[in-house]
Amino acid sequence: MPEIAVLVKRVPDTNAKIAISGDRVDLSSVKWVMSPYDEFALEAAMMHKESNGGTVTAITLGTPDCDKVLKDAKAIGVDRIVRVWDDSWSDLDSNQVQSALVSALKELSTEVVYCGKSAADTGASSTGPGVAERMGWASVSNIIGIEFEDAGVEVLIPRNIGNARTGVSLPAVISCDKGFCKPRKPNVKGIMMAKRAQVEVLGADIPTSSINIVSHTPPPQKASGQKFEGAGNVPTVVAALRNDANVI
Amino acid sequence: MTEIIVIAETKDGIISPVTSELVSAAIVLGGNPTVIVPGVNDTAATSGAAISGVSKVIACVGEQFSNYDAAAWASAIDACAPAGVIICAATQNGKDLGSRLAARRAVSVVQDVVAIDGGVLTSPIYSGKAMQNVSLQGDAVVSIRANTFSPSSDGGNAEISVMNQSADLKTAVREMIAKASERLDVAEADIIISGGRGMQDPANFAHLERVADTLGAAVGASRAAVDAWEDISHGMQVGQTGKTVNPSLYIAVGISGAIQHLAGMRTSKYIVAINKDAEAPIFQHADYGIVATWQDALPILESELKALLG
Ligand SMILES: Cc1cc2nc3c(=O)[nH]c(=O)nc-3n(C[C@H](O)[C@H](O)[C@H](O)COP(=O)(O)OP(=O)(O)OC[C@H]3O[C@@H](n4cnc5c(N)ncnc54)[C@H](O)[C@@H]3O)c2cc1C
Repeated sequence: MPEIAVLVKRVPDTNAKIAISGDRVDLSSVKWVMSPYDEFALEAAMMHKESNGGTVTAITLGTPDCDKVLKDAKAIGVDRIVRVWDDSWSDLDSNQVQSALVSALKELSTEVVYCGKSAADTGASSTGPGVAERMGWASVSNIIGIEFEDAGVEVLIPRNIGNARTGVSLPAVISCDKGFCKPRKPNVKGIMMAKRAQVEVLGADIPTSSINIVSHTPPPQKASGQKFEGAGNVPTVVAALRNDANVI
Repeated sequence: MTEIIVIAETKDGIISPVTSELVSAAIVLGGNPTVIVPGVNDTAATSGAAISGVSKVIACVGEQFSNYDAAAWASAIDACAPAGVIICAATQNGKDLGSRLAARRAVSVVQDVVAIDGGVLTSPIYSGKAMQNVSLQGDAVVSIRANTFSPSSDGGNAEISVMNQSADLKTAVREMIAKASERLDVAEADIIISGGRGMQDPANFAHLERVADTLGAAVGASRAAVDAWEDISHGMQVGQTGKTVNPSLYIAVGISGAIQHLAGMRTSKYIVAINKDAEAPIFQHADYGIVATWQDALPILESELKALLG
């Protein structure tokens, strides 16, 4: 029976305004949520357990503020909740994040990892494949369908020419797009259980970073555009696209 | 001087145009790159060698390159690539492969770079609501968004070496379910025309398709359109939970310009908005805004473009 893990991340609500103060983003007043794609990963992990048995552990990386997303996962029904952190850490890069997560996955003897296809904050999509590489495992990304088999899963991956029905044997990392399942909502019993649940905290040895965050800056402001009243101006815009913008 | 390695982006055994942009990025970052061309044979390597500014080409040849398999591709390409800074395209597979290569070498990966200036790499974070600027302190993997750098011209004549590098597949494609529509994918298009809830009925997307056909454009959609109408497939959705696009021209029709939609298209070089509501937020981001209904505007757009482009 598989040891299943799901990686969940706490991110600012996608509607949040992102302020910059000094040369760093200022997230002190945003509302925090579980990264949207992680909800599909969590649902897929629960479906896997319902089909094949085993246990589901939700794992996050971060300060105690991140316990909330673990409790949210617990309310949905995961068996264990684990937070990876060391108070000496800050501004971790991909290499450090993946090393820390891999250390936890090994400690938990995980056999299959679900994660969202990208996190709503960085949008990087690095963690799933990066973790798989470090574990020496298979990985499939952006899946839009899944069936559970005895020794693996069959997933649907969108490709240029269509969708690839792909067999993956475990161990593997499976990064999830939306659309193939409807994340369940917690029930009252789940919420009560989550309140009492203990977050297990794991540390890890991580490498030093090989990148330096110089600054965060606001997005470049575009020169303000031209606005025309009425469809009669369509030819003017077409001419501008041709002659000024050179894009058609 | 660190070596710079470009992983060529290929499609059906042919080098994609974005590869020449990656070569330009490498030169801005500080060196004439080695270009690795993965493939089941070395045919595509010749077009890699013809990109000017390339110092040498390594054709990385193996059966595993017939289908994308993250683990097998990373292991074969890693074996062919010297140490240094690796550059890939910020496409779905490029980012995936880049993450694997970085993990394999225990270095960091910087994704979705949209500018490089004096050794500082800029990527959008929080779906483009802020930018992150980083500098590299050693080897790393960097993915670059399409249309960020102008392509390096042809006329190069780099030496090609062939390395046979087989790797075990960890996944098996059992069946390809072909797409119903043969339309261009928004993720690959240089011009996109998207429709939103303001199109009122999925049948009205035919007007967008006619404009798209004249322009050689892809047709995209807002999430409201995808959610409301079954005929508008999720593959067309642009935005935070859809595709991120970076075309030269993005035409938004009947789309209000919600922050989650902007997240997917705000880096487009030129944005045109057609909306009947003069106060629609999309106008704040449009280079050219036209306050009109699509019923009035699209027929004129279509006939103007036909007259211009034939
Ligand atoms: C977590 C999350 C993720 C999301 N992800 C995405 C995403 O990936 N992509 C996305 O697009 N949205 C996304 N959304 C939804 C987003 O918030 C908006 O609801 C959506 O973009 C609105 O789509 P719309 O502009 O087509 O519709 P509306 O906001 O309803 O706008 C319709 C527009 O059409 C105009 N109009 C009406 N009739 C006409 C006419 N005859 N001619 C011309 N104009 C007309 C109206 O003036 C209006 O501006 C997400 C939301 C959340 C919460």
